[in-house]
Amino acid sequence: MMDMRAQSAPVSTTSIKCENVWKVFGATPAEFEQAGGPEMDAEALQRKGWTAAVRDATFDISTGEVFVIMGLSGSGKSTIVRCLSRLIEPTNGRILVEGADLLKASPAELNDIRRRKMGMVFQHFALLPNRNVLGNIGFPLQIQGMPRAEYEARAREMVELVGLKGREDHFPDELSGGQQQRVGIARSLASDPAIWFLDEPFSALDPLIRSDLQDELLRLQQQLAKTVVFITHDLDEAIKIADRIAIMEEGRIVQIGSPEDLILHPANDYVSRFTRGVPRAKVVRAKTIMRPVDADEGEATAFVGPNDRIADVAEVLLQSGNLIAVRDDAGRTHGVIDREAFIRVLAGA
Amino acid sequence: MAHADISRQSGQQLWSSPSTRALIFLALLSSAVWLGPTWTRVIPDALTFPIATTVGDALNWFAREATINGLAVKDMTRAVASFFDYIIESVVIVLSKGIYTGRGLNVTQAVPPLSWFAIAGAMVIAAYRFGGRSLAVVCAVCLGFLVIFGLWENAMVTLASVLVSVLLAMAIGLILGIWSYRSSNVENVTRGIMNVMQTVPIFSYLVPTLLLFGYGPSAALFATVLYALPPMVHNTVLALKSVPAEVTESGKMMGCHPRQLLWKVQLPAALAKLAVGMNQTIMMTLNMVIIASMIGAGGLGFDVLRALRKLDIGSGLEAGMGIVALAVVLDRLSQAAAHRAAHGQHRKPGQLPLWQLLAGWLVIATVAALVVGPLQSWPAAWQVSTAEFWNAAVTWINKELFDVLEAFRNFALLSVMRPFSAFLAAAPWTLVIGSVAALACVLGGWRLAALCTGFGMFIVITGYWAPAMNSVYLITISVTLAVLMGYPIGFWLATRPKAQGTAGFVLDTLQTLPTLVYLLPAVMLFRIGDVSAVIAVTLYATAPAVRYAMVGMAQVPKARLEAAEIAGATRWQTLIWVRLPSALPTLLIGINQTIMMAFSMLIIAALVGTKDLGQEVLIALNRSLVGEGIVAGLCVACLALICDALLKAAAARATSPARSRAQ
Repeated sequence: MMDMRAQSAPVSTTSIKCENVWKVFGATPAEFEQAGGPEMDAEALQRKGWTAAVRDATFDISTGEVFVIMGLSGSGKSTIVRCLSRLIEPTNGRILVEGADLLKASPAELNDIRRRKMGMVFQHFALLPNRNVLGNIGFPLQIQGMPRAEYEARAREMVELVGLKGREDHFPDELSGGQQQRVGIARSLASDPAIWFLDEPFSALDPLIRSDLQDELLRLQQQLAKTVVFITHDLDEAIKIADRIAIMEEGRIVQIGSPEDLILHPANDYVSRFTRGVPRAKVVRAKTIMRPVDADEGEATAFVGPNDRIADVAEVLLQSGNLIAVRDDAGRTHGVIDREAFIRVLAGA
Repeated sequence: MAHADISRQSGQQLWSSPSTRALIFLALLSSAVWLGPTWTRVIPDALTFPIATTVGDALNWFAREATINGLAVKDMTRAVASFFDYIIESVVIVLSKGIYTGRGLNVTQAVPPLSWFAIAGAMVIAAYRFGGRSLAVVCAVCLGFLVIFGLWENAMVTLASVLVSVLLAMAIGLILGIWSYRSSNVENVTRGIMNVMQTVPIFSYLVPTLLLFGYGPSAALFATVLYALPPMVHNTVLALKSVPAEVTESGKMMGCHPRQLLWKVQLPAALAKLAVGMNQTIMMTLNMVIIASMIGAGGLGFDVLRALRKLDIGSGLEAGMGIVALAVVLDRLSQAAAHRAAHGQHRKPGQLPLWQLLAGWLVIATVAALVVGPLQSWPAAWQVSTAEFWNAAVTWINKELFDVLEAFRNFALLSVMRPFSAFLAAAPWTLVIGSVAALACVLGGWRLAALCTGFGMFIVITGYWAPAMNSVYLITISVTLAVLMGYPIGFWLATRPKAQGTAGFVLDTLQTLPTLVYLLPAVMLFRIGDVSAVIAVTLYATAPAVRYAMVGMAQVPKARLEAAEIAGATRWQTLIWVRLPSALPTLLIGINQTIMMAFSMLIIAALVGTKDLGQEVLIALNRSLVGEGIVAGLCVACLALICDALLKAAAARATSPARSRAQ
């Protein structure tokens, strides 16, 4: 699965560029600028009675990437995603969406960007109770002025895509939480946006349903290759779906990296406290722990892919001798893994 | 040593506590009144101003002589009136009268109205679709009652007024509500006005509309719309505010324009809460339409009023039952419809859309009614009347129970009511206002005291002190009775979860009944007078008392009750030490609601001959004295607002005793 995703985004073009973005509640942009702007520290902000929900956020998100923003409640992750869509106006900084300055867009332009380029899924689904499944999914198209026959046809496609066929005329109150979020997902994809925001989409669901929908999301993403900004407070969920994860603490992004990066090289205590409980073998990939092949070494009798997780290759290692070769699909050998490297990972060294 | 310190401290606290200071203030004031000049006891003429006359003159001038841009206001209001008369008349034609041709004795009905069969059938079908078999049966029974007892035509006249008023009130209420939702300045203004409007008695709306629009259905319409507006505005704002932020955000993310956001996202998402306001508006409209029969709305209310005037209790009760039947149908049907609209339910395969079903039914039923006469209008020969029965019952009661009832009436009047009324009448006005102000100061600080003094002084300077004291006496007795009856019932119900469903149903029904209906049983037993008034007011005000007692008890956290049980408290101890203190804020608000309900009923009770502010308004209404009607109405509002402010402050104190102690 990982292989396919790597292939689907071969050349990375930047989809969303976020530069030094601040959101300070209580202050207008002018007031913030006057009081020192980005130079203000926590103490100065507190003296003013302002709350900085997002501090100096800078990151690029590539087209087709799954970018997860993770943090505890109150860390500012929901505020960031709302800044990226201007549901909340940032106080300072710059946001470029496909090269265009989002913060300079007029209300009409902003509306147009949201209609054509952005889709969003909400924690509590945010469905309209008076419309049935088809009506909810077709709604974004309807308000764009699409004729009824067309948007209903498109909505039917989406219903099928998220596996709700047969429930087109059910109302939200008649659906389970998981089904309602499937409607939310279908609605957010109805106008085929390039950018897909998901704000804690599975937090309100039972663990089993949550896991099902995570798989569903990965399946859809494999098929659709959107630029995904996914908010969660659940590290396991982040690791399961992310290409890269940004960890937030009190409004500040403390580290951005692949799941392996965060676990193997945590930037600070905060991150390492988070990642301590994660079973490494389920995150670390073969290519990360392989070493170059020594000339005098015997021939490896077993092979794994470079992106395979360690937990998945354990069985192979048990059945083979000491060495496993890491080979890509083309049959090229990148390196080898031996028992020692393997045990190091499991032991957390 | 330590003891002395504490006692000195608490002594100081005692002296500096607001209640002690208030008591000292009152003691000084009463001695001043006792020894001081007469004006402290009897309101001097110099303090009263002819405000009513001034207001009346101004309004009369406005309605009769004023012009705006060369157009006479009178012509404009009359034009508006005839426009709405025309609309109501059209609805009445469709529902009740049909079209007539010819003159004098040759009048013939050219086109019949929709038959009872068609209308009632359509309502039952809708009821079945919205609320299943039980709702359909309730509607069928109520509508059948109206048909069989020959009340159908009048009920449809009432329904026509209700329909037009409700649509108008909802439209205006929605607009005002949306406006208030969007601007907090507007909200502050509308909230203030609506709060006063909710306490101004029902009759007061009738007087100015009568002046502006003349006797007839449209005057009744405007009074009704004004009266029913506050809950609609209030609930619209609340409903819009309760829309989850996420839903609004999702609308924005889909690229809704502001108008699309409001009409397609926020209002539909608010529908469930909006429905509460719509239901309240419908029920208040019905109440007002019944009362507005006094100024020409006609319908069932007129039957009750006529019966009351003639003391023909039998037909009054029958028409009253008709009102109850109509109220139950409107209430249940509108609730079920709103619930369906808000939540949606997918159609089962083969089910027709409701509008097709209803349209089909109306056609079939109308054709059937043209062929089969009794389906068009129920033959008089088949009509049943219970008037005779009720009259016989009243006669029997008067004959057989006369001694008992009379003894009770005399006892109540001579031992309780008259002395209390005399006491209030004789109480020096300065002392009354001073006591209220002192209480307000203790409960909520000097601002509240100033507010209450202001309301009190308004009554003084308008010259309505004596009737106002009469209102206070009737309200005090009625509310005391209502709370003494209602709270124990509510406490008892709170411990019987099984009985609560039934109790809820009964309370709902009691609270939806138009106020006028409550007069009938009281008059039946005790004839005209203060005793009947008190009984009617008590009956009406008991329902909210029971409800709040129930709610208050139900809110007591379960953990506290379990803690008490583990500690081995008896049921009585639990009630006194755990349940009552926890429920106190709700219970105080309950008393407040009871008082508000009592005020609204007290005005209606003027019809059975009280001597209070309500009577002043009623007299003003009958003699078309606009100023007096409005000012006396505002005096009632002042009394209500004083009670409201005091009890809300008391409830706030009860909610957080710690904070009020710190003050």
